[in-house]
Amino acid sequence: MTKAPDETGIAPQACRLETGGHIDRDRTLRFRFDGRTLTGHPGDTLASALLANGVRLVARSFKYHTPRGILAEGAEDPSGLVALGRGARHEPNTRATMTTLTDGLEARSQNAWPSLRWDAAALMRPLSAFMPVGFYYKTFQWPPQVWPLAEPVLRRMAGLGTSPRQPDPDTYEHRTAHCDVLVVGAGPAGLMAAWAALAAGARVILADERASLGGCLLKERTVLNDAPAADWVQTVLGELTSDSRVTVLPATTVTGQHDHGFWLAAERIYDRPDTDPAAAGPRQRLWHIRAKQTVLATGAIERPLVFAGNDRPGVMLAGSVRAYLNQYAVAPGHKAVVFASHDEGYRTALDLVAAGIPVAAVVDPRADVRGPLPDRVRALGVPVRDGYVIGDTRGTASGGLSAVSVHRYRTGGDMVSVGEWLDIDLLATSGGWNPTLHLHAHTGARPIWDAETLAFQPDPDRGPAWLAGACGGLKPLDAVLLSGREAGRGAAEAAGLRLPEGGSPCPTVAPDDPAQATAGTRRAALWAVPKPAVANGKRFVDLQSDVTVEDVALAHREGLESVEHLKRYTALGMGTDQGKTSNVTGLTLLAAARHQPIPEVGTTTFRAPYTPITLGALAGTATGEQFAPVRRSPLHDVQAEAGAVFQATGLWLRPRFFPRDGETLAEAVQREVRTTRERVGMVDVSFLGKIDIQGPDAAEFLNRVYVNGWTGLPVGKVRYGLMLREDGMVLDDGTTARLAEDHFAMTTTTANAGRVMEHLEHALQVYWPELDVRLVSTTDAWAAIALAGPRSRQLLTFVTDLDVSNDALPFMGVATGDVCGIPARVFRISFSGELAYEINVPAGYGETLWRRLSQAGSALGLTPYGSEALGVMRIEKGHVAGPELDGRTTPHDLGLGRMVSTKKSFIGHRLLERPALTDPDRPRLVGLVPEDGRTRLLAGSQIIAVEHAGAPPPIPRLGHISSACSGPSVGHPVALGFLTGGLEQWADQTVLVTYPLKGTQVRARVVPPQFYDPEGSRQNA
Amino acid sequence: MMLIPCPWCGPRPRVEFTYGGPDPSTHPRPADTAPLDVWTRYVYERDNPKGEARELWRHGAGCRQWFVVERDTVTHAVAASEPLPGVEDPR
Repeated sequence: MTKAPDETGIAPQACRLETGGHIDRDRTLRFRFDGRTLTGHPGDTLASALLANGVRLVARSFKYHTPRGILAEGAEDPSGLVALGRGARHEPNTRATMTTLTDGLEARSQNAWPSLRWDAAALMRPLSAFMPVGFYYKTFQWPPQVWPLAEPVLRRMAGLGTSPRQPDPDTYEHRTAHCDVLVVGAGPAGLMAAWAALAAGARVILADERASLGGCLLKERTVLNDAPAADWVQTVLGELTSDSRVTVLPATTVTGQHDHGFWLAAERIYDRPDTDPAAAGPRQRLWHIRAKQTVLATGAIERPLVFAGNDRPGVMLAGSVRAYLNQYAVAPGHKAVVFASHDEGYRTALDLVAAGIPVAAVVDPRADVRGPLPDRVRALGVPVRDGYVIGDTRGTASGGLSAVSVHRYRTGGDMVSVGEWLDIDLLATSGGWNPTLHLHAHTGARPIWDAETLAFQPDPDRGPAWLAGACGGLKPLDAVLLSGREAGRGAAEAAGLRLPEGGSPCPTVAPDDPAQATAGTRRAALWAVPKPAVANGKRFVDLQSDVTVEDVALAHREGLESVEHLKRYTALGMGTDQGKTSNVTGLTLLAAARHQPIPEVGTTTFRAPYTPITLGALAGTATGEQFAPVRRSPLHDVQAEAGAVFQATGLWLRPRFFPRDGETLAEAVQREVRTTRERVGMVDVSFLGKIDIQGPDAAEFLNRVYVNGWTGLPVGKVRYGLMLREDGMVLDDGTTARLAEDHFAMTTTTANAGRVMEHLEHALQVYWPELDVRLVSTTDAWAAIALAGPRSRQLLTFVTDLDVSNDALPFMGVATGDVCGIPARVFRISFSGELAYEINVPAGYGETLWRRLSQAGSALGLTPYGSEALGVMRIEKGHVAGPELDGRTTPHDLGLGRMVSTKKSFIGHRLLERPALTDPDRPRLVGLVPEDGRTRLLAGSQIIAVEHAGAPPPIPRLGHISSACSGPSVGHPVALGFLTGGLEQWADQTVLVTYPLKGTQVRARVVPPQFYDPEGSRQNA
Repeated sequence: MMLIPCPWCGPRPRVEFTYGGPDPSTHPRPADTAPLDVWTRYVYERDNPKGEARELWRHGAGCRQWFVVERDTVTHAVAASEPLPGVEDPR
């Protein structure tokens, strides 16, 4: 498999060190960047592989299109964002540092046209002095006509990446897990914590965002127990993975802490080193973890120093330089300068020298620096320029760093003096470390500024988690290991486990390890180096959002003094990196501008997720057919057989119409309506909500929840009821039958079935627990078919021995008996306005009932009909439904004020009496017909006065159309609507029905809202 | 995600529950004869306490019972739960 690069014609990895690193040199992986084929090794990230190949320019920046490279080596990297994959698998804004190198990986740079090296938009850079923060908004928002034209262009120029347009072909899944102790971070502290918790018998989940576990132990040249630290890491991981109580999750970012020990973690399965790319499986897995206790061992993130030209490719974080040298065996440059405000920088100088990379100087703003590390660096012959700073940089034609200027540092000075240029191509900078407290702060903890360490420290009063290692404050490595062990033991004990005497011993750290020497040494509070009189570059605070020191100062001058305003105005920290390397610096600069200490300026709020989560992982398997459950009626299959076309209505799939011989929707609905009105039709009404109500107080209960009276309803009778919310608006309507003195069968609308059940349960449990009533939702227990039409009685007599004559079973009556040989309830109710019966049978018999009724009805011309024909017939009849019961209408608005009882109290009674709800000028239900007798009125149309035809807006609005249909049974289109003043004011007058989006205006006459058989002679027949 | 201790079903994740306003014993439904302004306050005006609160919750994805939860609205810590008055606590 391995081929020497020269045989394949692919350039060798020019910047790969000869030895070292945690990479598998025996295997070579090929990948492509901007069309070039390059190679790397297992163990590489995309970032380390690019650097190994000498690729330094990987992106162009968000606003100014300046060349950008890789600043860091982990999730904090603000600038090394690339696009991965092609077509539907195109994934923008991916961190090169967090992408595991795999064979065949394809990556491209972003924000550059026509190419990364020759980006046309970068030609505007000379103008950038005239483009301060807020420039676009200030310039193009006036006059208002310009902004719509300018916005698309600006959005294209200032932006990150592009979204894929095709559906995501990969799969994702969710998994729920419970544990005694969750450990976040598998560095020295996290490994010790997990090991110590396991020793106490805890069920442990150990998650780390990196594909390779070990944290800083892989990145540094640490020796533990007289052996390379990686050996100790493997030993502990072996202990953990061999125990079934432990789940070890590499490449898994714990993205958020939510309440009560609940954590979300995104596992990037394709980034795990043990994933076989050939085996098909989910690409990512979102873990829902419920942990009794959690140990945060999330480490710390290094802060860059801010100086002119600090954004050139080749400027890197000092700790990241060590990681590239030691973990990936990559030389990020040929000659280096280290610029750091504390002793950590000297570690990087030692490692660079050890890797054979000359260090031209260590530049340190502190004067008279002495200590074990600076002395070791001096002993190697590396010049230490203490009391100096880097003031500016120069770049090559392709944008990479070529030189830095060194200046004497005067505290409080505005300009740095003329500098001395050093020709180098790598600048390692460090301004200190910020403990990674994001997860700690997600549930409300407020990190506290510590002037000693120049960093935020954990909130001691909030935050349930144990903090181990650097996230709880920087400390020497032996203290880090010990804090991990103590946190692991403490968490296990708090989770209810007994602690063993010994076990999980801390390894021995060599006394001269640099990791022992840096903590506690003096730090310089250098946030931004003053700018020389003439500088080659800008001083960037936020490299991802292109926010400079000057932008922060300008925002403050313009009055944006709150840290939250600063963030929103400048976009500081609002990129995909959420300001991991920039927020603290931005905050200190704002504090300086306000002449206030940092604690008074405060921080912005930390919110989940810690790093971006791909939307697919959040969706999991809930996509396509799995997006939501589908409810099917018990009659679904038999209606599909009969040719039904289904339509999603909420979660239900409802038959919409039953086309015959290539009929269109309109033709089928015409036929279904005509057949039902002239002969007989049947429709599935199983979708209606059904609630069984029993108990001695059932009638009294209905009295209190419906506006009309129920105690007088005789057994065997059905009544139409109207239910209000407490605020007096109609909640729902439906029929309820009295089956026995203490037994009622209620129906609700399909859409409100769940809400009504909740409403009734709330009333019974919270308002009137003294009522002896029981409620059961029986929606799914019954199949229901409505037989409607003048021949429905005749058809029914074919299939039942029940007496269904008008005398025995009059309108609004109910009977119980066999229909088609099936035990049934037969309700004489009508939604269509025809003579009709609703037959309910146990759900399992529904299909049989449908088949037998179809068979028996064929001689009478029976047709099945769907929800469209049902809707048409109820509009013709003037029955209200969902569009009328929209939560804003009262019984009076609906013309049902007569139903409201004045003799009793019911839910909504008092607020219905509010004067505004009985105002005659409220919009009230009316019927409308087009004056020309032909033009359809569209639901959703506005109603305006005739004299406003063609008037310019704003036009006074009189009302709206709620439901409309072609009116096949009345010979012209009809509509229901709400009109201010109602029929009293508008009967037989003409109004304009307007639909501004389509530009239509139709003259319509206002009529009573019953178009078909207003006397009800047909349903009473 | 909060864990809410249902008196009947035990601790369950918050997604199984619905919030139902303040504890009815501190925010009682007025009598039908109460003046309109009392009713208006009952329906439209709610306290928004910072800190300790007694709230009505319903275990919709379980036993469908309404009960009272004592909860801190800042820290989200749940101190206790109890059935409505007159209902026996099954625990």
